[in-house]
Amino acid sequence: MIDKHNDDVILAVDNISLSFGVMKVLDNISFDIKRGEIRSIIGPNGAGKSSMLNVINGFYHPQQGSITFKGNTRKAMAPHQAASQGIARTFQNIALFKGMSTLDNIMTGRNLKMKTNLFWQALHIGPARAEELENREAAERIIDFLDIQAIRKKPVGKLPYGLQKRVELGRALAAEPDLLLLDEPMAGMNSEEKEDMSRFIIDVNTQFGTTIALIEHDMSVVMDLSDRVLVLDYGQQLADGPPHEVRANQDVIDAYLGVPHE
Amino acid sequence: MNQTLNDAELDTFPKLMLSHAQLRPDRDAIREKDLGIWQSWTWAQVAVEVRALACGLASLGLARGDKLAIIGDNRPRLYWAMCAAQSLGAVPVPLYQDAVADEVAYVLDNADVKIALVEDQEQVDKILEIKDRCPKIEHIIFDEIRGLRDYQQDYLHDFEKVQAAGREFDHDNPEFYQTQVDSFSGEDIAIILYTSGTTGDPKGVVLTNNNVIITARNGIIREGLSADEEVLAYLPMAWVGDNLFSYAQSYVAGFCVSCPESGETVGQDLREIGPTYYFAPPRIYENMLTQVMIRMEDASKLKRQAFHYFMDHARKVGVRILNGETVSLKQSLLYRLGNLLVYGPLKNVLGLSRTRLAYTAGEAIGPEIFDFYRSLGINIKQLYGQTECMVFICVQPDGEVFADTVGTPAIDVEIRVDDNGEILYRSPGVFDSYYKNPESTASTKTEDGWVRTGDAGYFDDNNGHLKIIDRARDVGKLNDGTLFAPKYIENKLKFFSFIKEAVLFGNERDYSTAFINIDLDAVGNWAERRNLAYSGYIDLAGQQEVFQLIKDCIDKVNRDLSQETHLANSQIRRFLILHKELDADDGELTRTLKVRRSFVADRYDSLINALYSDQSECHVCTEVIFEDGRSGMLEADVKISEAEFYPVKAASREAAA
Repeated sequence: MIDKHNDDVILAVDNISLSFGVMKVLDNISFDIKRGEIRSIIGPNGAGKSSMLNVINGFYHPQQGSITFKGNTRKAMAPHQAASQGIARTFQNIALFKGMSTLDNIMTGRNLKMKTNLFWQALHIGPARAEELENREAAERIIDFLDIQAIRKKPVGKLPYGLQKRVELGRALAAEPDLLLLDEPMAGMNSEEKEDMSRFIIDVNTQFGTTIALIEHDMSVVMDLSDRVLVLDYGQQLADGPPHEVRANQDVIDAYLGVPHE
Repeated sequence: MNQTLNDAELDTFPKLMLSHAQLRPDRDAIREKDLGIWQSWTWAQVAVEVRALACGLASLGLARGDKLAIIGDNRPRLYWAMCAAQSLGAVPVPLYQDAVADEVAYVLDNADVKIALVEDQEQVDKILEIKDRCPKIEHIIFDEIRGLRDYQQDYLHDFEKVQAAGREFDHDNPEFYQTQVDSFSGEDIAIILYTSGTTGDPKGVVLTNNNVIITARNGIIREGLSADEEVLAYLPMAWVGDNLFSYAQSYVAGFCVSCPESGETVGQDLREIGPTYYFAPPRIYENMLTQVMIRMEDASKLKRQAFHYFMDHARKVGVRILNGETVSLKQSLLYRLGNLLVYGPLKNVLGLSRTRLAYTAGEAIGPEIFDFYRSLGINIKQLYGQTECMVFICVQPDGEVFADTVGTPAIDVEIRVDDNGEILYRSPGVFDSYYKNPESTASTKTEDGWVRTGDAGYFDDNNGHLKIIDRARDVGKLNDGTLFAPKYIENKLKFFSFIKEAVLFGNERDYSTAFINIDLDAVGNWAERRNLAYSGYIDLAGQQEVFQLIKDCIDKVNRDLSQETHLANSQIRRFLILHKELDADDGELTRTLKVRRSFVADRYDSLINALYSDQSECHVCTEVIFEDGRSGMLEADVKISEAEFYPVKAASREAAA
């Protein structure tokens, strides 16, 4: 059981600003994510949610501000560095290898865990063999965890959308991340698929102790799952706090429901 | 010969298990696919697991006569739980894993369940939800810890911890387990299986070790099964068939049972295991066949032609070859070539290449589906059974398999047909009682041990096989005393695509008559192809050509009936086509679209009178309710006609004799 009410900050975002030309996408945003919590970022379309995730995993480089992950402060970093430090993510638009099987897609998530070099892997002997067995087992545990045994050998491109989302989560989990970034994991799902996905997110959080940053549009999902919610609107930080406080915040209500013209 | 099979000393499941652990300790007893790999447990390992679990359950207070509910998919640990409970003289009560909370609550309470052993969080949550209504439950044990780590209830236990406690208990009381196992015998209750119960609450069928073990053994002897069989356990554990095929017969014969990875992987797992002994309800055989046909449609032209060519050949000679009849050399060679090119690969894809014996039961299987599998050389047979006797009543003998009968009585089963056509049986498998329900027990089981099946049927004079025709309560008699089975004949009529609904009359009458509803789509289509104009149902139903079309159908059914000794007299003498479609809104059908026979009889009283007179037409006036709730009157002249009556075949034979 993880203690969610600790002060162990895994990720701190300080005064981040990001612009594309004159477009200010993120304006002086600061927040933190504590170890073991489910932290949601919500906001209307174009609020800067995905940009925020892209900043965290090193895809965008902010003009201003700093990010501290597990005690290391840095300004800019490449995505593969973020990955090797323990940040994994899924994408708003699924980014899987469509021609490869579910199992192979999840195995690619183990890439960073492989230590042997190409020489040993090509010969498939000695340490490379042992390593592959180990990684295959890890992948199978994820398949079992996500209940996708029936599609183990199926090419991902042929799977229904909801299952592809699940496979993508599986690939992110394969990297055994400390921080998992989920970009709209329930977009386009029916209510049963949403319920399954919520279950998996909770299970990942409680069983593996993975810290989760979640972007989601479905308010009921966000309010049920999250420990704390950050609200963005046009690059501005609108509110930050536990779900019940955010829900009662007048600025948030205005941003979502609109303000009547006087 | 298999020693375990003939040893009457082995009269409980724990004793059988321990004997296998000595005789064949290193043979696989059960398998489960986990993390993509088949994991196996030998009989020796199963004995260790069951012993630890039994001791663990004992330390939680489970003792003789207590009930242990088992809920979940087919998993080795859940099967071990059955044997562990039986080791203590406690009674396993498997429940359907997809039952809703209310149904679970009813059974848990009715069966006085003390401990529930369940698969996962889903089932734990379900029981926690209803726990207030089941105060008798003291402990819940779960197999899969996932999602349950944060549950704090002290009556919740991890399976592995229960086993660990059991090992400790065993260490302190080394004599305990064996003493327990030795103290129970065949007379003790082995299991309570709840029947799904289409009417009223489910009833718990109490079966003793003798009931289950003797029946399982008889089935093994009749079919010559051995310890080398491979079985896939994929049907619900709460169903009597799974308990027989995947548990009882495995423990008696010593064969290995494999549990699929998940409900969705059954098809793949079936292919990997290649069972030699297989049971499936007709629906599954149908689905498999449909899958094959769909895939053949997408195959290349050459493959498709080869498939159809060889399947045609198989249809001609396959069943005869399976029955051991001789066929010409040319036909036999062609069949072998087909086996190489089509039948073999096809069976492999279906996972049935090694299947020596496949059963089906539950409902009638379409003759064309039945013949498809048999012509491929798969020995699929029908059986007739009930929970009340641990499945076996009748089984089709090898080489005598007919689509419309259920075979001859199983070993040690006596069958009697009552005056009203109801089938009764008596066998060593006959259940002890319905749990806490003496009234139902008394109305089902006679004092001298006969059980009423509720089904009506008769033994076919030609081959001595039992034939089931209807539910007994629906069967009546004509005035001359012959059997009148309306549903049986109605189903024959509805088999024609032109007939949507048929209602037969004849109980306590001189002959049978029928109301027919035509199928507007099928008959309309037929009429259009013949350039017959019509304005709607009434118009179409009244046309002379349509009348003739339906008469042809009825004549065919009559000809069929004339071949059946017991039913030949119930050939339809007179019939009419109803002027309106029977409708649930008018109360003529139930909401599940079954005909409300007595309501229809009252409502169309005048038509029935006309059927039993020599009128050739009858004017009717019926009130109907339209979809918007308004009512109106429907008037029509309904034609009545005689159908062809075929001479009764068997009667003439009797006269000659």
